[in-house]
Amino acid sequence: MILDHGAPIYEDLFGISWLDFNLSNVMMIIVTSAIVFIIAVIGSRKLQRKPSGFQNFMEWIVDFVRGMVSSTMDWRTGKQFLPLGLTLLFYIFIGNLLGIMFMVVYDGDLWWKSPTADPSITLTLAVMVVALTHYYGVKIKGGKGYVKDFFTPVPLLFPLKIIEEFANTLTLGMRLYGNIFAGEVLLTLLIGLMASGTLGFVGGIVPTLAWQGFKLFIAAIQAFIFVMLTMVYMSHKVSDDH
Amino acid sequence: MLDQALIIGASNGLLFGDMIIQLLTFIILLALITKFAWKPLMNVMQEREQHIASEIDQAEQSNQEAKRLMNEANDELKNTRQNAQQIIDDANETAKNQQAELIKAAKEEAARIKENARLEIEQERDKAIQALQTQVGSLSVQIASKVIEKELSETEQEKLINDYLDKVGEDNE
Repeated sequence: MILDHGAPIYEDLFGISWLDFNLSNVMMIIVTSAIVFIIAVIGSRKLQRKPSGFQNFMEWIVDFVRGMVSSTMDWRTGKQFLPLGLTLLFYIFIGNLLGIMFMVVYDGDLWWKSPTADPSITLTLAVMVVALTHYYGVKIKGGKGYVKDFFTPVPLLFPLKIIEEFANTLTLGMRLYGNIFAGEVLLTLLIGLMASGTLGFVGGIVPTLAWQGFKLFIAAIQAFIFVMLTMVYMSHKVSDDH
Repeated sequence: MLDQALIIGASNGLLFGDMIIQLLTFIILLALITKFAWKPLMNVMQEREQHIASEIDQAEQSNQEAKRLMNEANDELKNTRQNAQQIIDDANETAKNQQAELIKAAKEEAARIKENARLEIEQERDKAIQALQTQVGSLSVQIASKVIEKELSETEQEKLINDYLDKVGEDNE
């Protein structure tokens, strides 16, 4: 059956027992990064004061992320997070899109998919983001201010604040993973239906197209939510009014 | 079927290898993309912002300058109009004065010429009268001499005397 495909796991690199790789993920990470890099570099080639074509689009994206940043924190503090937000937005959006167009199963293993449809990757991004919020929290407010934030407004909330950090990390990563993975599962099922016969093809083509369109929407929304929440968590750590 | 897929998806669990790859790749991507794309892009946008701000300032300055110049020009125009009016008025007045003077001079001239003419006429008349008088005198002398000449002829003299005598004789009777 179509859902029986596994993953190309490569276990125990250098004989280290916990160092396992999903080669599909590794490939998709590199493909996504390459595409993002190429788009960004093409978009910022031949920059002009009077923008045209692709530069307009890139500037629109920059303005969009800038809007996100300045809606959550002071722009003077938030300016340094603009490249992070832009890169996250592009990386997650492109990653989400890659699984919509097609999926490639080779030799029983699923090779081409969204990199964001794997919890290892989304959680890595989430942990990285939360770690960065802590880093910038200490850097901008100082160690004392950073620690003090855990005990305000009342010290009683300290345990909750600790839990909140883990909950934030987990929800940030799992939300993205869940949305994209569920989308891919449903897409796989629909394509399986279409492949099952003439009747299945006729019945399945409209839902498949509709679901692909909806996944496009989800891809954009999830990328936006991820970046937005990144900025919100960041502002909790670096802003004074919280 | 779906259960199986979910189990397959979840069964891989968290792969530390993937996580490390993802983290490293993302950091490298972030560094490269920031250097090659975002920084230049942001710089251009910032530069444009400054450019636009300075252009707006300049436009405002130019606008004020233009307004100032326009006011100046208006004032100048007003002054010029006043000057022109003044000049026209002056010219009119001068012309009127000149006209009056000319008329006065002409009248005087006319009066003088008339007086002269009158004097001349008088002179001419006097001259004519004088000439006439002398001519009358000479004529009367000529007439008298003619008459006398006539008397001097004998027969005439006689006849004249006789006539005269006759007349005298008739009167006496």
